Amino acid sequence: MSRIVAGPFNRVEGDLEITLAIAENKVASAEVNSPLYRGFERILLGHKPMDALVYTPRICGICSVTQSVASARALADAMQLSMPLNGELCTNLVLANENITDLLTHFYLFFMPDFARDVYQQQDWFAPIHARFKSTSGTASAQMLPARADFLHLMGIMAGKWPHTLSLQPGGVAKAIEAKERIRLLAIIGSFKRFLETTLFGDELTTIAQLSSEKDLWDWHEQQPWQSSDFRRFLHVSRSLELQGLGRATDQFLSYGAYRVHGKNLWKQGCVFGGTSVPLDMQDITEDHAHSWMSESHKSHFPAQGVTVPSLDNEAGYSWCKSPRLNQQVMEVGPLARQVINGHPLAKDLVGRNGANVLSRIVARLLEIAIVVPKMEQWVKQIDPGAPFCHHGDMPSEASGVGLVEAARGSLGHWLEVKQGKIANYQIIAPTSWNFSPRDLASQPGALEQAVVGAPVMDGEKTPVSVQHIVRSFDPCMACTVH
Amino acid sequence: MLNLLWLQSGGCGGCSMSLLNAESPDLLSLFENAGINLLWHPSLSEASGHECIEMLEGILAGEIALDILCIEGSMMTGPMGTGKFHIMGGTGKPMIEWVQALAEKATHTVAVGSCAAYGGITAAGSNDTDATGLQYDGEMRGGLLGKDFVSGSGQQVVNIAGCPTHPDWVTETLISIALGEHQDDHLDKFGRPRMYADHLVHHGCSRNEFYEYKASAVDMGDRGCMMENMGCKGTQAHADCNTRPWNGQGSCTNGGYPCINCTAPEFEEPGHSFCQTPKVAGIPVGLPTDMPKAWFVALASLSKAATPERLKKNAISEQLIYPPTIHKRKD
Repeated sequence: MSRIVAGPFNRVEGDLEITLAIAENKVASAEVNSPLYRGFERILLGHKPMDALVYTPRICGICSVTQSVASARALADAMQLSMPLNGELCTNLVLANENITDLLTHFYLFFMPDFARDVYQQQDWFAPIHARFKSTSGTASAQMLPARADFLHLMGIMAGKWPHTLSLQPGGVAKAIEAKERIRLLAIIGSFKRFLETTLFGDELTTIAQLSSEKDLWDWHEQQPWQSSDFRRFLHVSRSLELQGLGRATDQFLSYGAYRVHGKNLWKQGCVFGGTSVPLDMQDITEDHAHSWMSESHKSHFPAQGVTVPSLDNEAGYSWCKSPRLNQQVMEVGPLARQVINGHPLAKDLVGRNGANVLSRIVARLLEIAIVVPKMEQWVKQIDPGAPFCHHGDMPSEASGVGLVEAARGSLGHWLEVKQGKIANYQIIAPTSWNFSPRDLASQPGALEQAVVGAPVMDGEKTPVSVQHIVRSFDPCMACTVH
Repeated sequence: MLNLLWLQSGGCGGCSMSLLNAESPDLLSLFENAGINLLWHPSLSEASGHECIEMLEGILAGEIALDILCIEGSMMTGPMGTGKFHIMGGTGKPMIEWVQALAEKATHTVAVGSCAAYGGITAAGSNDTDATGLQYDGEMRGGLLGKDFVSGSGQQVVNIAGCPTHPDWVTETLISIALGEHQDDHLDKFGRPRMYADHLVHHGCSRNEFYEYKASAVDMGDRGCMMENMGCKGTQAHADCNTRPWNGQGSCTNGGYPCINCTAPEFEEPGHSFCQTPKVAGIPVGLPTDMPKAWFVALASLSKAATPERLKKNAISEQLIYPPTIHKRKD
């Protein structure tokens, strides 16, 4: 048995270190460490509740809007405030703009460049993949960055800027869309759609969204040469490296549901245990600190009563991240979880055959892009510039609230308690806290810790490339994880 | 070619995400044109783990030249000066030690964002982590590297403050360094590049007509001026956000919310709710920059008395109620 400490992991958001025990050229066990603590849950204490809208987006520069939405929802819950239809539509659009941008950034800048590594020089696909996806110099990033920047012009109109907006409010949005802006939004989304159809997919978004099984997916892949689009390039590499056999975790999934219109989610809330979908009971969510550098490491807490006091005295601690669990179980969150829970046939079929793995996680990300962008067009068309965009209300001096949202990388929750008009407790469980948690009170490893077990390690590898694929298949955001 | 190394510590990574929004040209073209070679960036580079550590060690050993060191995020000096709130992944060494050692080798040192410049958001509240900036701790000179620190060029740390930074603030500063034109006197008294910091957010604000007549917003989303009630600091904040928009045509005030003066040290603890203007005897505390108080009060009361009905009504509405009157040459 040998031991590797792999880090700093880049092309993830924030800092990450993984300690791997290796036996017989395979990962035998892993400990995931989130090595940076900032303490937002403590920073927020004593501030006015509405100021959470300034602090919480700054937890993360890549999930900034999702933090805003979770915070606004927790405040709205505490204020018992509803939102007009325009408010819901605009919130969805800003949220979708960030989520889709993140999915795209992940694919092109964070995930694909690993296949351009010299370790794959012997593969027959290496030369074109290297030319296309090599970090900073590949042709793909040169095409993707301008498309990404243009797409984010939606933020300029609807949110003032990205990241870190204050336009997302408990009762709607602070930016009312004018008639000319509504038209401009359609033009922005239309142009982005064109980039997706010509460059990323090489096909219409509706065709991708309607793929209904693994067989469908590979049949579609065969219809055109593998170098005709970036999705096909990924599938080609994926088949050659058998990525569907890499990175399986618990196959237990959680989603809070996403994109509300008239109070109803586009994608269902729920969870999957042992292949069966069941409704989510929020009372089943707990966090413990058994292996975190936190006080009170001997028991688990409901998030509403959560405690955050950093302490290096916990000798079993190896991460600043806490261990969230649902019904004491390790859950995986993210686009694949969302699509399985919502019953998308392709996601269900992929998971039914090989579970959650590097291939199925990436396919689900791209599938979401294909589903959401046409929805964005519909939401813009539904905006009525003459109708209200925001409801206003007062924060009671004693109140509590919960805000749930789906970030690009999975489920995000905020739990707020207000006493004497000030924030008395604020607890955050971020997507990567679920996926990259350390071991819990029952010594169950977190989802990534399970996913890397069995990953092949070549002789002399110091930062095994298989582990890098698995880590990045989760699209981790370490800034959010520890906050 | 100039070698640029970018490291992140106690921040959100948002300044990097914003940097990727650079347009006309995009970021990678910009670097290439400026002759900047990216040694390593957390979001952009291939090298991970040991490859990155070997590169950092190469810099410390003097084998690789470090022309520009960019640091994003606060310097986490706690607990009790150990820096253990951020041990750099894979190295067992606190990030503050890496930064101190690398800054000794750097020809230019750049703090990207208000966190790296002054401590920023991470230093808010009780600041348990003892977060500080590279050469400032809030408004006080000092920080991790100390008030007398100079880079190899003999120059102080450049503070590209902002939460986040506009991509152009970063790229223009880096290009100025690459051109060999950068001087200490191009910075203001908080170390910010005067190229963008000699402006006020108020300049070019689309709500200026409401400001002129003190037609004020009362709720988030209202169209009026946000200075009187909504906490807007645009008349005091040093940045060019409304003359050089964000993400195409955006800015905070265009997005419907007040400027929170995020380029200033200690913006994170304004001493009042961010979106409520503190007042004494009904007069906002914090007057427009360079405006004598007596004149402000006199002009404000005069302009309030003269406020057209159109602006009064529009100021407290999400939608435009009264469009401007059309004047015809002949009736």
